[in-house]
Amino acid sequence: MKIHICLTGIKTIILDCNNISQYSVFLINSALMNRRDIMSAVNPDQYSYPSVFIYGHRATGKSHVVLSIMKDLELPHASVDCVECVSSGLLFHQVLSAFFGPDAAALLPRCPSLSDFVRLYKQMSSNSPATQTRYIILDRAERMRDMDFSLLPALLRLQELVNDNVTVILLSEIVWEKFRPNTGCFEPLLFHFPDYSKGKSLVQILSWDHHPSYTPELYASYINILLGVFFSVCRDLRELRHLAVLNFSKFCEPLEKGEAKESDIHKLWKNIEPHLQRAMQTVYLREVSSVQWEQQQMDEKEATTLRVLSAHAHIELPYYSKFLLIAAYLASFNPARTDRRFFLKSHGKIRKTNFLKKHEKTSNHLLGPKPFPLDRLMAIFYSVVDSRVAPTASVFSQISSLVTLQLLSQVGHDDQLDSPKYKCSVSLDFILAISRCVCVCVRLLDLLALSLVIQSQVVRQERSLFTAVSNLHLL
Amino acid sequence: TTETLICSDSNLSLMILETASKKRKRHIGVGDDENGCDRFTICQKLWETVQMNTEVIQDQLNKKVLDSLAEFIKKPGLACSSDVWRQRGSEIPTAALMLGVNVPDHAMTFRSLCNLLQDSVTPFVVSVHAKECAAVKLLIQKVLEQLMGRGVSVDEEQEDDTALLQKTQCTISALCQWYKTKCTQVSPKRKENLAKNDLPVVVIFKDFEAFNSQVLQDFILICSRYTQELPFVFIFGIATSPSAIQHRLPHSVSSLLCIEVFHSLSCTQHLASVFDKLILNSQFPFKLSSRVIQVLVGIFLYHDFSVQNFVKGLQFSMLEHFNSQPLSVLCCQKHEALLSAKILSKQNVERIRHLPSFMRYVETQEPQEQVRLLTNDEHVKVTSFYSTIVHIRELHVSCIEKNLWETEEYDSALQLLRILAKDELVAALRSCAEILKSANTKRMQNVLQQLEDFLGRLEALQGVSSEDSSGNGVVSAKMEYQRTDLFQLQKTLLEKESRRTKRMNPFEVLRSQVIDFIDSLVREYLTPAEFQPLNEVCYYSSSGVLRQRLNVTPRTSIQAALTHPFYYLKNESLKTNTGTISSAAPDLCIVYKLHLECGRLINLYDWLEAYVTVMSAAEDQDTNSEECGKFDSLKHARFIQAVSEMEFLGFVKSTKQKTDHVARLTWGGC
Repeated sequence: MKIHICLTGIKTIILDCNNISQYSVFLINSALMNRRDIMSAVNPDQYSYPSVFIYGHRATGKSHVVLSIMKDLELPHASVDCVECVSSGLLFHQVLSAFFGPDAAALLPRCPSLSDFVRLYKQMSSNSPATQTRYIILDRAERMRDMDFSLLPALLRLQELVNDNVTVILLSEIVWEKFRPNTGCFEPLLFHFPDYSKGKSLVQILSWDHHPSYTPELYASYINILLGVFFSVCRDLRELRHLAVLNFSKFCEPLEKGEAKESDIHKLWKNIEPHLQRAMQTVYLREVSSVQWEQQQMDEKEATTLRVLSAHAHIELPYYSKFLLIAAYLASFNPARTDRRFFLKSHGKIRKTNFLKKHEKTSNHLLGPKPFPLDRLMAIFYSVVDSRVAPTASVFSQISSLVTLQLLSQVGHDDQLDSPKYKCSVSLDFILAISRCVCVCVRLLDLLALSLVIQSQVVRQERSLFTAVSNLHLL
Repeated sequence: TTETLICSDSNLSLMILETASKKRKRHIGVGDDENGCDRFTICQKLWETVQMNTEVIQDQLNKKVLDSLAEFIKKPGLACSSDVWRQRGSEIPTAALMLGVNVPDHAMTFRSLCNLLQDSVTPFVVSVHAKECAAVKLLIQKVLEQLMGRGVSVDEEQEDDTALLQKTQCTISALCQWYKTKCTQVSPKRKENLAKNDLPVVVIFKDFEAFNSQVLQDFILICSRYTQELPFVFIFGIATSPSAIQHRLPHSVSSLLCIEVFHSLSCTQHLASVFDKLILNSQFPFKLSSRVIQVLVGIFLYHDFSVQNFVKGLQFSMLEHFNSQPLSVLCCQKHEALLSAKILSKQNVERIRHLPSFMRYVETQEPQEQVRLLTNDEHVKVTSFYSTIVHIRELHVSCIEKNLWETEEYDSALQLLRILAKDELVAALRSCAEILKSANTKRMQNVLQQLEDFLGRLEALQGVSSEDSSGNGVVSAKMEYQRTDLFQLQKTLLEKESRRTKRMNPFEVLRSQVIDFIDSLVREYLTPAEFQPLNEVCYYSSSGVLRQRLNVTPRTSIQAALTHPFYYLKNESLKTNTGTISSAAPDLCIVYKLHLECGRLINLYDWLEAYVTVMSAAEDQDTNSEECGKFDSLKHARFIQAVSEMEFLGFVKSTKQKTDHVARLTWGGC
């Protein structure tokens, strides 16, 4: 018997069954154990457990393992990606048409409710009773939480509801605790797919991709070097494969030129290491598209400096828009109490000792922008801009166009007519660049500098750190 | 969305204005002025050329970026199939099209992009707008509607199929099915130029920034599941900077895209070419005075960067000019002007006589000529026509010599010329001669002759001044380098110049001759347009009207309406001295004036009392009624209505601080 073990859904390698123990060590060490468990749960002849919940990080092979089991054993299953199900009706539709054909699904009413689905399912399954367990596989199940609140608890005990041999398998990147509705529900069987470890599984899985014209050993050492660079920022198998494929030709360059032999690992390492570092800053962050990256590798000799995405950060804005944005920035990051001091020529003396309250001494940049009313924005705008500006409709429409460009953001939508509030959503660097363009008057620079002094220090963060944070945010 | 709303709003109001003025013009044409119709047709003809020209300009300017986009969209299908070993997973090719912040101009670019793609690349082009796509469902629906709806319009038989398309089936997988059937139908025709079934499906996101990022993320995730069957290509229309993509999309989603950046040309460049083509063009008889140009360019630079709006402003001034100036019948091409000059009515000839510029012209002529001009209609016609033509020609010169933007700039340019090295001077003169060659009047030929003469003499000097020109070369190189800060440089250079005057070599003598010649030329021909006779015919100069119309100040006009109701209502009884409150004014005006005297919080009872006092003061004069001081319910009701109108206009709002008070929302007043 041959078992297909596919890697992340793209490449299929056919292995002999007796090799399985050997690969099982690294493949999905516990995942494969899970596989055995799942297999035992997957007992087609008797009623199986009503619902299974499988979780693990991105690209740990959850859906892949489940789907390949389904395929290998030729089990009746309906696989649905919850991102696609913008309404629960779509989900019902897909499940019914997978089990009973599109004709059955067409019987669903226009906006089907859960009970419609259950009724139709019952009806259909009584016509064609299950000989094997039917499986409903719901990928990205975390999206279900945003759908109808009764849907998830109902699906968890669907077996009871439809009185059929059916099992619902939920796949998700987040843990079950985040799913549990507060009214309580049926507890599914939990499986965890752990991350691949660096040493064993990742190297060996990635090594399967080896190029036909080079030895597997060389490719394995290449993978080791690659992981040395990327493992600290990225553990996503899919992304690592992508990077491995993209950069392999560069790795092989000395070999093709005859400058090094396959055994000169150190030499090869020296050649590829800076290149990979560069890749981490550009292609991994999608600052440069993979096509451009490959093209660049081809005409490396010309030393083309690729224009990365974030390099064009400069935005050309109309004159008053620039001032409006500067005013918005000042309003967002300066306490309102200090306005009099900054923007009035003859402000009263303020004693230095208790000028700033204690909580204001922490950097405003750490606290983020604060909302400000339109009046304050206009007042600062008029004091910042050097000429007399009539309050024309176009000045106000520039504010709303700044909002559509997402350089400002509007806060609170209830009180639009009386006093709309805004936040400035651009960075200090951006504002500095803009004010450098318009700064004819030195006073403005002073203002910015002053507000900077108050804001103590600006914390800059690397973008790769940001992506890590955004990944965390997803959970 | 608010912004687009406002934009469309202003466009709308502009359109209303236009139609209103058109109507007025028709009215004039029928009524007191017989040439109104002519003016209207001339104006329309001109406007058509403007429209055509702007479209041509835009197409020319965008050609490069659009072509490269089309290339990009054609490419991916081939790249994928050729390389099996390194599959790029499910990356969707994405073009980030940088369009600049002038959002109103984008529509035209997208239209030509759509046309180009549909003609040359793929029939499957969808463009979506953020405000139609508040949710993924709506976005998918929009995409499906546009794709499949078009298919229906092509062949009628399939209409039943799409009618069956229920909302539940509104998924990308349904689109997949449709695409497969469609490809088998379409491909026989297109098979030659494209490989198998990879007509890409292009989705254009017109305003990327305005999209809800969650919607975008979901849509990209869904589409990436189908890339194997459905070759998607995305185009993001980005107004700000490419980093907007990274701000909107997390890494997990942006890693599904293969993004390339395309830059469209900058709006200032665009404006410059429109300027060249329309305003500085001698073929285009309608001219703007410098003040008007200042207003229009000011709006462009200070407010919106929108070429579209600039052209709208031009249109408006055209309409206004043809509407308000009866003599604008003469504002057209040479031969047509000649024709219409012949049939000028007596009334219009009289008008010509009263034009200030014509009066000046008359004053400069000989006395007999003066008499003739003032008596003989025919003669006026001939002279006026002649001067118009001359005048247009003059302008042509001013177009060539762009140095004459402003007088100070001209001065500095002349200074610059004075110190130019020989080879540069020769080059400059050559280019002048080149331009002059295209002109064909006698005078032009004369000038050209002289210029060429100078050129010849300069060539002859080649050997003599070699060592000196090298010395000058250094200076000029330095000058090239620092041309930006001319001011400081000029001083040092002038000093050098004065030191050098003592030993002038032949080259320098000649150079000063050339410069004097150019200077005299410029002074002779490039007199400001205002001093030309009959400039009123071609020049639109009421910048005040234009500013008032295009750069509106709603708040000022509301305040004007409330403080001086006579200004809008034109009712004689509303004429008042400033500062007094007339009881004849509408209630709203009275209430508004009273509220100006209050502080931030207004006591409603006091306000009502003041209102009643004003009202009953009038009654005292009229009927001498005895029940003053007592509020009758009618006055009360009128007061309450006026206050709620104030609230509606945004001047006051109810406050929770004190129940019987309202808060003022505007500053100042008294």
